[in-house]
Amino acid sequence: MATKLAESRPDGELQRKSVDAVVIRFAGDSGDGMQLTGTQFTQSTALMGNDLATFPDFPAEIRAPVGTTYGVSAFQINFASYDIMTPGDAPDVLVAMNPAALKVHLRDVPKGGTIVLNTDAFTDRNIAKAGFGANPLEDGTLDNYVTIEIDIQKMTLAAVAGLGVTNKEALRCKNMWALGLMCWMYDRDRQPTVDWIEQRFGKRAPEIAKANIAALNAGHAYGETAELPSGIPAYIVPKADVQPGVYRAVTGTEAVAWGLVTGARKAGLKLFFGSYPITPASSLLHTLSNLKQYGVTTFQAEDEIAAVCSAIGASFAGSIGVTSSSGPGVALKTEGITLAFAAELPLVIVNSQRGGPSTGLPTKTEQSDLYQAVYGRNADSPLPVIASCTAGDCFFAAIEAVRIAVTYMTPVILLTDGYLANAAEPWEIPDIDEVPDFKVDFATAGEGFHPFLRDGKTLARNWAVPGTPGLMHRIGGIEKSYDTGHISYDPDNHHRMTKVRAAKVDGIADDIPLQEVASGPKSGRLAVVGWGSTFGAINQAVERSLAAGLDVAHIHIRHVWPLPRNLGELLAGYEKILVPEMNNGQLITVLRDRFLVPAEGLNQISGLPFKVSDLEAAIRERLES
Amino acid sequence: MNVQTPVEQLKPADYASDQEVRWCPGCGDYAIVKSVQRTMADLKLAPENVVFISGIGCAARFPYYMATYGFHTIHGRAPAIATGTKLANPDLDIWVVMGDGDCLSIGGNHTLHAIRRNVDIQMLLFNNEIYGLTKGQYSPTSRLGTRSPSTPQGSIDAPVNATVFALGAGARFVARSVDTNQKHLPGILKRAHAHRGASFVEIIQNCIVYNDGAFSGWTDKAAAADSQILVEHGQKLVFGKDGDRGLRLDRDSLSLEVVTVGENGVTEDDILVHDETNRVLANLLGAMEHPEFPVAIGVLYCNPAETYDAAVHRQIAETLEKTPPTDLNAMLRSGRTWTVAPG
Ligand SMILES: Cc1ncc(C[n+]2csc(CCOP(=O)(O)OP(=O)(O)O)c2C)c(N)n1
Ligand code: SF4
Ligand SMILES: [Mg+2]
Repeated sequence: MATKLAESRPDGELQRKSVDAVVIRFAGDSGDGMQLTGTQFTQSTALMGNDLATFPDFPAEIRAPVGTTYGVSAFQINFASYDIMTPGDAPDVLVAMNPAALKVHLRDVPKGGTIVLNTDAFTDRNIAKAGFGANPLEDGTLDNYVTIEIDIQKMTLAAVAGLGVTNKEALRCKNMWALGLMCWMYDRDRQPTVDWIEQRFGKRAPEIAKANIAALNAGHAYGETAELPSGIPAYIVPKADVQPGVYRAVTGTEAVAWGLVTGARKAGLKLFFGSYPITPASSLLHTLSNLKQYGVTTFQAEDEIAAVCSAIGASFAGSIGVTSSSGPGVALKTEGITLAFAAELPLVIVNSQRGGPSTGLPTKTEQSDLYQAVYGRNADSPLPVIASCTAGDCFFAAIEAVRIAVTYMTPVILLTDGYLANAAEPWEIPDIDEVPDFKVDFATAGEGFHPFLRDGKTLARNWAVPGTPGLMHRIGGIEKSYDTGHISYDPDNHHRMTKVRAAKVDGIADDIPLQEVASGPKSGRLAVVGWGSTFGAINQAVERSLAAGLDVAHIHIRHVWPLPRNLGELLAGYEKILVPEMNNGQLITVLRDRFLVPAEGLNQISGLPFKVSDLEAAIRERLES
Repeated sequence: MNVQTPVEQLKPADYASDQEVRWCPGCGDYAIVKSVQRTMADLKLAPENVVFISGIGCAARFPYYMATYGFHTIHGRAPAIATGTKLANPDLDIWVVMGDGDCLSIGGNHTLHAIRRNVDIQMLLFNNEIYGLTKGQYSPTSRLGTRSPSTPQGSIDAPVNATVFALGAGARFVARSVDTNQKHLPGILKRAHAHRGASFVEIIQNCIVYNDGAFSGWTDKAAAADSQILVEHGQKLVFGKDGDRGLRLDRDSLSLEVVTVGENGVTEDDILVHDETNRVLANLLGAMEHPEFPVAIGVLYCNPAETYDAAVHRQIAETLEKTPPTDLNAMLRSGRTWTVAPG
């Protein structure tokens, strides 16, 4: 038998235990509403002033057969009274809505962890479907855990009885019941969820709204009245000491969308967004489609080729054209991207990376498109590549991508990934007025105009848009004469143009910040060098190692191409370089190639973010050897 | 709105760029560029508002020869690029120029969707039934049995009929003309230009180097009268030197048949009248192939509807009305926020 809770509740006033950080994982069938439950818990937690990070993890199948392990959907949240940067290595509490969820996630729960189980779902059939030989509630599987076994289904049905919903609708409320219980356990306010339910169902289906709220309240009341013999542990997680300001929860997708809108505004241009649905990039198309009032035109193209081409066509007309996809879609866009590179038109390509190759692990995260971004085109066609590191950073990275695209008349690749796209974090909302303008000046009629006249400093060509009298011109993919902009097959000219295009992109290195050290000393025994969404995990691991007295530094590369001018020199100041990546070693190739440094890779290609503890162990190992 | 420059004095030659034309001498493309330049002058189009967008191929060199804005893009993608340009600036007058490989092979998907969406652009297909630029391979419009470097024993895949394809894609304007028919082509181009929405025009074009004479059986002056039918809205579908041949509907098989007035009891009343708003008729006319039938020349179908670009901007306007934009700081602060007080 599983260990039941030993302590019983003291009489009278409930004593909540204060903890500094908690990791909760909600797991259930894809149809159980786990993402929604997690999102609502996140909202309440954010409003309560904790720092937090989340990790939604869902299956590729939309509605996998009920009760199967491959249909399990999970949402993890890490919240704390201090600054945290990752969704947490392992859950302190697992809420398992069915045997399959238990089967998939049990291995991540450390011994002594708490597991809330929806016992109704533990039927013989579901137990067998999940692949358990016997009932895990009875065979000792859970001996080393604290289990809270509740007939959540039954409780929910009782809570919503008489509210005029069908049995099916009633059962759908069980996630709200579980959410209510967790709100009680961690002292979260239910009001934000009540507001959300009312906003979502209130007008359309008032009885469903009522049922959901009733279930939420019932779950909460269950904790309150401790129907379990041993009681349920109750906690408080004090507020985090965060920078004063106005905050909101933001996902990387939202931040990219707002950053693109802001970037376009700062450039004085309209934003045109052409895209074709693909997980996990589609949400950017959805988000921008709801921002039409901010000068955004969205276009769902017939394929990724048309998506990038429409964006190029829009840039030709004087908008900032943006397209987005994941690796396979970006592959299709390649020829279009090189057209924009050759025609020297601004363009932003957002790649929400996912597990590959091919369809790979479409709903899982990976960083395996760095080669594609940096090297993955025919001919000599270098492009600036920026990788955002947190959900909030996606905002600024998107602005930076637009700035570089219009300042240098070049396509820019912005790398995010599935983790950044979906994960939410509290974000101190910036003041847009503090973001500098980079207004575009279109060419106006003047003597000696030709479309490939260049700015002496940036080497960007001038940008004359159709509709402008007197500047009619033709551009295209055929090589142009440096001197006239007309097509040219001259051998020396092609050599010169190739060099100019490369110099233009290389020159961007003078227009980006020098590489800084995120944590630790500016030289020493070990530098851990990362990029993209591993920022949080690496930084936390390095910070902890520093606190333990180790000689280690964290260098985070945001401008993947061109690289910051001082990076080589900086790296040379460390004895060892460790490059953790969620791929089979890509940034490391670039670093070795550029700087001939003896870097060593630490590669995790599981579709899951790094665990801080794994990184800490790796750091320790490098310093001990 | 874009600023208009006075265009009254512009002549066809003023729409020609200063670039040396690089088509083979005798190529049908010369005649087409001439017709287009004449059309521009006749319509008094402001060159700064006109944009030619093309893919890759001999036909696709077209923009370089026009003193307008132009974008020579990549093979097959011109309709997609033009869609973005049009959505970004609906005031522009956009002409897409495509070869048959460009339009119907590599770019078939984009052609389909630009037509289906009804983007307000002119889509000109220069159909020479061959890949010109890559030196003469057969194309998706090449007739069965076409011998080419890649089909030494003759092509074995059935060709696509461009006008029927366009109609199948939902085209609301479909026309056909012939490169050298300088009397006819400018009129068709004017109709295409006047039409709001995707105007699909198949221009039969002779590739003198790789497919010379592919159409001469029905385009040659001597053959034209008996092998072409000039379709005009509201007019009887008659042709022939004496104008006594015509098209009749066989009601049993729902197909067209060629009849001669005065023969086998056929009277004038049996001859169909062209109705360019009739999609079924347009399909029948477009499908007629030489030599069984006369080839239909003219506007096969014209039946306008709201354009895609207009609808996109209508939705934007509706959004602006319903939810006026706030400043961006307010946008970021909409929804759920919380304040962390100092101290
Ligand atoms: C992606 C890509 N594939 C292939 C080609 C080679 N290519 C250029 S034009 C062409 C076909 C040209 O035929 P068509 O479109 O009928 O135009 P035409 O030259 O006959 O006017 C091909 C295959 C290319 N430029 N780009
Ligand atoms: S190859 Fe044919 S289509 Fe191309 S330019 Fe020569 S004649 Fe014209
Ligand atoms: Mg051709």
